[in-house]
Amino acid sequence: MSIISDVINSTKAVIKGMKITISKMPQKKWTVQYPDVPVTVQPRYRGQHLLHVDENGKEKCVACYLCAAACPSECIYIEATDDARPYEERVGRDERYAKVYNIDYGRCIFCGFCVEACPKDAITHGYNFELSVYNRADLLKTKDDLLITKQKQSKNYRVALSDEDVDSEYKEVDKVGIKFRL
Amino acid sequence: MSVATENLTGQVDILDQPLESQMTISMGPQHPSTHGVLRLELVLDGELVVKTVPDIGYLHTGMEKLFEYKKYQQGIVITDRMDYLNPLGNNLAYVMAAEKLLQLEIPERAQVIRVMMCELQRIASHMVWLGTHCLDIGAMSAFFYCFRQREKILNLIEAVSGGRLTPSYFRIGGLMMDLPAGFERRVKQFLDDFPAALEELTTLVSDNTLWQSRTKGIGIISPEDAIDWGLTGPCLRGSGIDLDLRRHNPYSGYETYDFEVCVELDCDVWARFRVRMREMFESYKIIRQTVDRLKPGPTKADAPKVVLPDRDDMRKHMDSLIHHFLIVAEGFNVPPGEVYHAIEASKGELGVYMKSNGGPKPERVHFRGPSFVNLAALPVMAEGEMVADVVAIIGSLDIVLGEIDR
Ligand code: SF4
Ligand code: SF4
Repeated sequence: MSIISDVINSTKAVIKGMKITISKMPQKKWTVQYPDVPVTVQPRYRGQHLLHVDENGKEKCVACYLCAAACPSECIYIEATDDARPYEERVGRDERYAKVYNIDYGRCIFCGFCVEACPKDAITHGYNFELSVYNRADLLKTKDDLLITKQKQSKNYRVALSDEDVDSEYKEVDKVGIKFRL
Repeated sequence: MSVATENLTGQVDILDQPLESQMTISMGPQHPSTHGVLRLELVLDGELVVKTVPDIGYLHTGMEKLFEYKKYQQGIVITDRMDYLNPLGNNLAYVMAAEKLLQLEIPERAQVIRVMMCELQRIASHMVWLGTHCLDIGAMSAFFYCFRQREKILNLIEAVSGGRLTPSYFRIGGLMMDLPAGFERRVKQFLDDFPAALEELTTLVSDNTLWQSRTKGIGIISPEDAIDWGLTGPCLRGSGIDLDLRRHNPYSGYETYDFEVCVELDCDVWARFRVRMREMFESYKIIRQTVDRLKPGPTKADAPKVVLPDRDDMRKHMDSLIHHFLIVAEGFNVPPGEVYHAIEASKGELGVYMKSNGGPKPERVHFRGPSFVNLAALPVMAEGEMVADVVAIIGSLDIVLGEIDR
């Protein structure tokens, strides 16, 4: 008797569970087909750093070492130097600039403390997150890799609008644009 | 046998002299159901567990020592990596201990946001627990629905802090930044859909007779034993003891929120499972209340020597810029003394003991990790159970090895 009721109850439980599974099948898929489809990152996302330049293409960084002091993993290496030429001929915006600016991405933990520390808004987090390399030495990025004018941006991400709903349940992505479910 | 268990003479002599019918097997550290790199020495008599010895330390990173070499504000990022399912809770425990030493007054808005983010994180943490617990016991599909809910919360956390798994959102004296525009609407949207999702999981898991027969009456620990072994959090409340630090030792204004402390009396895996399922709904209730309480206001304490100034201020005013330089470059001095601050993390009582010698770096930081203490009770729970049920018991403890090994 109890075996029969056990079997019936278990079958009921399985059917109930399957009902939910089957009811999900016709619904829109949640999975993002990365890298065929770009992933959406939030505006505050902390990816690979960008070193910024001013409107005339001069580097904003004044080599004040604050970012290196704030960094908990000690992965920023800076060498400062002076450039006494007039503004038009200079490398940096001010007289002082960073001759060497390296970030070791083998150590960086993407905490954002360097960005918080920089008084000149010279360094920010970009959105590049595909940083894997075949050779460990390649993880050391120099100024040439980090400058906003030289860094290559990946096509595999899309930055969300500031108050966009990135969850696919709340929106319909089609080829033209994004429609919100309001 | 590993060196670690060989050194535990006395306690594990039974391992060295197996009886005719007993067998010692090693479960883990690569076993998927041990939730990380936990290794168990199981002494079996047929299918029954005679003795269990957890062997930990595979993930040891020396974090507690690392705190002594970092400034107070830099320590926040280390806490993220301990209990990686509940990083905001760890952040909160650490910054609140430092704030206790500094005697800072945290503004109302920052408190409300802290509570909101911590409760969101608690739901996310419980969702991972539920998904993996189901997966361990053999219910595959619930895992995906749990992770879907978690993904939504991680998106919210990413929108606020920029990090998904390692947000580092709380700062000593306040928050990293205020909430982004439109965040309240997004939280409300999540809250609107959450009860239905929880209901679905209840149908899928709790109401399932197969699930109940796998969990009821397994891994029993009596209330007295639970206290003696120092269990906290859902594991303790599953043994019928009404203790929740949010209610009994409130912090961050938890005393003003209306929620229930979930207690179950069965003392088994099922009871611990029920406590967490109900707790998710209580967290949902708390988040609803926090959303209503969000009022514009400052998010950083008024302590220019400790808290980084506003960026606009810093660009315009010399004194702010000087404070900015000093805090970042040299850190701030914390008055000498020692404090212990405990919060109710998703896994139990997460305590931080912090000792300061007056400088910008702590002299000692110690964490009372709930997973570590809860895991110690595993041998009591597993004794006399079938070997297949050990997996269910580990799942019901909800351990995270990052916090156990530290
Ligand atoms: S993100 Fe953090 S770890 Fe990385 S360079 Fe900046 S401060 Fe250092
Ligand atoms: S990036 Fe900013 S903080 Fe770092 S050295 Fe340059 S100016 Fe200073």
